[in-house]
Amino acid sequence: MKAAVIVFPGSNCDTDCAHALSDIMKMRVEFVWHKESTLPDVDLVVLPGGFSYGDYLRTGAIARFSPVMQAVAKHADDGRPLIGICNGFQVLLEAGLLPGAMLRNRSISFVCKHVWVRVEDTDTVFTRKIDKGATLSIPIAHGEGNYTCDDDTFNRLQDESRIVFRYASKNGETDDQHNPNGSRDHIAGIINEKRNVLGMMPHPERASETILSSPDGRGIWESLL
Amino acid sequence: MTMTALPKKITPEMIASHGITTEEYQKICDILGREPNFTELGIFSVMWSEHCSYKNSKLVLKLFPTEGPHLLVKAGEENAGIVDIGDGLAICFKIESHNHPSAIEPFQGAATGVGGILRDIFTMGARPVLLMNSLRFGLLDNAQSRRLVSGVVQGIGHYGNCIGVPTIGGEVAFHESYEGNPLVNAMALGIVKTTDIVKGKAAGVGNPVYYVGAATGRDGLGGAAFASKELSEESTADRPAVQVGDPFLEKLLMEACLELIHTDALVGMQDMGAAGLTCSTCETAARGNTGIEIDIAKVPRRETGMTSYEVMLSESQERMLIIAQKGKEKTIDDIFEKWDLHAVKIGHVAEGSGMLVKDGDQVVADIPAKALVDEGPIYKREKEKPAYLREAQQLDLKSIAEPADYGKVLKQLLAHPTIASKQWVWEQYDHMVRTDTVFYPGHDAALIRVKGTKKGIAVSTDCNGLYCYLDPHEGGKIAVAEAARNVACTGAVPLAITNCLNFGNPMKPDVFWQFYEAVTGMVAACKALDTPVTGGNVSLYNENPAGAIFPTPTVGMVGLLDDIEKRVPSFFQRDGDLIFLAGDTFNEIGGSHYLMAVHGLQRGLPPRLNLESAVALQKFLIESAALGITASCHDTAEGGLAVALAECCFNPASFMGARVDSLDLLRPSASSNETLREDALFFGESQSRVVLSVRPKSKEGIIRVAQKHGVPIYPLGTVGGTRLVIDDKIDVEVPEIADIFNNVIRKKMEQ
Repeated sequence: MKAAVIVFPGSNCDTDCAHALSDIMKMRVEFVWHKESTLPDVDLVVLPGGFSYGDYLRTGAIARFSPVMQAVAKHADDGRPLIGICNGFQVLLEAGLLPGAMLRNRSISFVCKHVWVRVEDTDTVFTRKIDKGATLSIPIAHGEGNYTCDDDTFNRLQDESRIVFRYASKNGETDDQHNPNGSRDHIAGIINEKRNVLGMMPHPERASETILSSPDGRGIWESLL
Repeated sequence: MTMTALPKKITPEMIASHGITTEEYQKICDILGREPNFTELGIFSVMWSEHCSYKNSKLVLKLFPTEGPHLLVKAGEENAGIVDIGDGLAICFKIESHNHPSAIEPFQGAATGVGGILRDIFTMGARPVLLMNSLRFGLLDNAQSRRLVSGVVQGIGHYGNCIGVPTIGGEVAFHESYEGNPLVNAMALGIVKTTDIVKGKAAGVGNPVYYVGAATGRDGLGGAAFASKELSEESTADRPAVQVGDPFLEKLLMEACLELIHTDALVGMQDMGAAGLTCSTCETAARGNTGIEIDIAKVPRRETGMTSYEVMLSESQERMLIIAQKGKEKTIDDIFEKWDLHAVKIGHVAEGSGMLVKDGDQVVADIPAKALVDEGPIYKREKEKPAYLREAQQLDLKSIAEPADYGKVLKQLLAHPTIASKQWVWEQYDHMVRTDTVFYPGHDAALIRVKGTKKGIAVSTDCNGLYCYLDPHEGGKIAVAEAARNVACTGAVPLAITNCLNFGNPMKPDVFWQFYEAVTGMVAACKALDTPVTGGNVSLYNENPAGAIFPTPTVGMVGLLDDIEKRVPSFFQRDGDLIFLAGDTFNEIGGSHYLMAVHGLQRGLPPRLNLESAVALQKFLIESAALGITASCHDTAEGGLAVALAECCFNPASFMGARVDSLDLLRPSASSNETLREDALFFGESQSRVVLSVRPKSKEGIIRVAQKHGVPIYPLGTVGGTRLVIDDKIDVEVPEIADIFNNVIRKKMEQ
């Protein structure tokens, strides 16, 4: 398994993703600088978290214009796996590779903590080795994770089983108390129609080892292998 | 301060408004052999300010022990000290204050405090891996304090989160003495290969001098001078002296600089912090025993019409000075172009020892570099024991009624924001990025792993301002010893400290006495614990119209854990484990949080710290952790034993209960001729004590190790259930007290 981690100016989870994929999951990982116009021959592309372009304008709004994004879109168009985590998810939304948009967190504050996410769908390359309905402890760290979309989009996401993760309690109940940012219908992660582009706010790379409080994020990487 | 033309003639008013005395002005004239021009006057004023020259504190700071076998770069030599941790790696760390800017503009003041301390670390070639902080505010019932808390926390989060360095811990305390003069001390730690350490010095005549990073504006003009006077009602008019930060730019700058250290193009590097371009040019030249020549016409600017005075004194953020290897200019250009940053050759290393500043063809300053850095005035200030102490140190124990309801007092203490969980604060900080944070905030010390090794690095920041107010010497000792104890609780060996000495106006003899006493207390503890001082910062003039802050010498202690798998958490781990208290309890409620919160008294002598006991306890903690027999370890601090036991129950993974039923064993251990008061037993703050838990099979083991080091150890009870039961005096539901502890700050901030 070979993976590329895209590095935008301001990405700051790029080395964390590379560590999880390479040192823990034993994938071959290359960093790709955003000014590149082609991707190396890889199976997986990761858009990591961080503050690409300092969140100027809107989160992810400038990164979508980086030269590398055309090659990333092509990779996705070819049906190969692409995951955007946190700021990477925001970039996917701005690039139109996933539908919807992000608002400021309901609290107006940045929030960093472990949350529980319920696995809503396992018919994806990212979740096929995880039990449906399982709850995973994975950290979040964002100021704009309040996912929103119009009703039509929401109904499609729902009908096409494209909501992959929802914020929930440890026991899997969804309610406002366990939704850390106010996202629509507790959405934490969604996938595209072709089911190869996943965007999620929680950071699985921060939950891939027991020493870091939770290994629950590993299931996503293992599903890809 | 904006001006289009500089005054031609220096008047006594100008000298005074630059905070320069008549004697100092004469010295400047002697050094130059003439009168300075206005730009030179400005340069001297910032370099000879307390913030840059330590003119009032230097003689006292010399008392700190700065030698140690693992020190690669010692205090004062460079931007930050460096300590060898083996495996070819070293750590570089420093704490610095941004109190005055944060008082005026909390968000930017705190944010640029973080930005500045990070630059001090990557200037040395080290990759910053963690941030810590130590914050002091007025009480949360005051709307002004809440505004400051909110702004400072958001500012710290804004900068650290964006740049991608985790803020993994720290301390926050609230007291009315800090009203209007909050303390914002930020600490950063980086890791560097010992072969990659970069020095901030100029060398090689003819080597080019580069200006890299952000453009220069008028922000932060004279910030170092601003930090060297008291805050007053008019201080908000100094708002232009507060800098504005851009963490995104600093992220690019950091990556570019860290890329540069792996090339052969770099000779020296120095950040532009306090006193900006002035400080970085004269310091690099002075350290390298060479001259330096720059042309400020080439400096990238974001405002028009700036004078030479403004360019030299600007404290615009995210800028660095780089001394490059002649002939390798293309390497510099390529790296900074990759990161879309300015990199402009503004001058070169010159013969002689002068700092020559030109604006095009015109010379605007010509000063011997060493005169600015090393020949500043040094003052021996008068000190006098403050009059308030005679009264404040008195405490008649007989007049203090013991509480009727100990459970109620416990809840009252847990609900005090200084003791309560700071979760509301640290959830706004990304404390996990870089995936090295092993102990999240809330532990005694923060702990990170060092990828590629088995090592861990533990860090704690500590200071009890009330102790220092009541007895600065003992308070200084305790600040060091508590920080060391927190680090040792994790199993790590304390290595060295950085400190940030926050005091009032040093010209007042009673303030200077506090400063001197606190430092000598710290010196005694540093020597006993073998933790030299690697650097830090002094912040004086912390006064608001009501008077000086509590003396607050904050300590940032760094420790090394050889095997991260041997780490010891602060919380009880499993039902059935046995609870012990190590260390003796005395009739000490003077200066305690209990006395302040419950009896409304801020008086008495704070607890005494016996350095031999502190050293013995530390050895015991480190050895028992290395043997793997300690399940949890938490030090007793504000709120004493009862609060410590409660905190041990608040395991974030799952609350634990505890039954403590053998307190009788403690009662005879008080000083022989008086019986131990019950409130001192429950809430007193006797030093060098920790609450431990061990598996039942390790009972004999832990006692044996304690006895080996001469540490008194007492079995207290057992972990289990959902209640915290202490003797027949406290019986509370853990979820109920945890709710108080975890949510009080949130509730107060959202009121």
